[in-house]
Amino acid sequence: MNNILGCVLIIAGLVFDFIGCLGLVRLPDVYNRLQASTKCVTFGTCCILLGTLLILGFTTAGVKCILAIAFLLFTSPTASHALIRAACKANIKLSDNTLTNEYKK
Amino acid sequence: MKTSRYIIGLLAILTIFTLIIFSPLKILIYQHLPFLWLLKRGINVILLCAFFCLFRVVRGPTSADRIAGMDMLGILIIGICALLSISTGRSWYMDIGIAWALQSFISTLAFTKFLGGKDFDE
Repeated sequence: MNNILGCVLIIAGLVFDFIGCLGLVRLPDVYNRLQASTKCVTFGTCCILLGTLLILGFTTAGVKCILAIAFLLFTSPTASHALIRAACKANIKLSDNTLTNEYKK
Repeated sequence: MKTSRYIIGLLAILTIFTLIIFSPLKILIYQHLPFLWLLKRGINVILLCAFFCLFRVVRGPTSADRIAGMDMLGILIIGICALLSISTGRSWYMDIGIAWALQSFISTLAFTKFLGGKDFDE
């Protein structure tokens, strides 16, 4: 039962990873690319780590998976927020289809 | 014209997935799980995502695109390490994943501080 549930979680994580990286390639702008890829890749990797925890159980690698999930949920939004803020301060242009810019009025 | 481009891209993605499913893959297996072939193909899917990130690193119009590609690559490595620790049964792959995530986080913060200029700390 744990094996099947873990494999389902791992497949869901792989699908989310693939969609996030496709958004990193396809979208037109830095802000759109990070908005697509950060959430999808973080959630997909957390799903893969949860599936690994369910398959392996509370062994050494499983406890390290819990540690990696906690670390990833703290660091990844911080890094992307700092990157977006720095890109906005460095005057990187938005795409042509953008309607409003609320940050710089 | 636009629909033909979509069809060509969709065919390219389908061929890549058939290559992922039928390509040979040699990893030493110490555990016997029922869905282990699927986890081995999952490593190929994450490698394809890493190729997308490297494409964005090489052909980014601005420098923030390159930093974003490196950040996503650093997150994807943790997934590869988790799948390897399942399929080979060794626990120190997760050590590699945690150390890689920490190094990627610190390097991303350093690059953003370089990009944002002097008054980033306020």
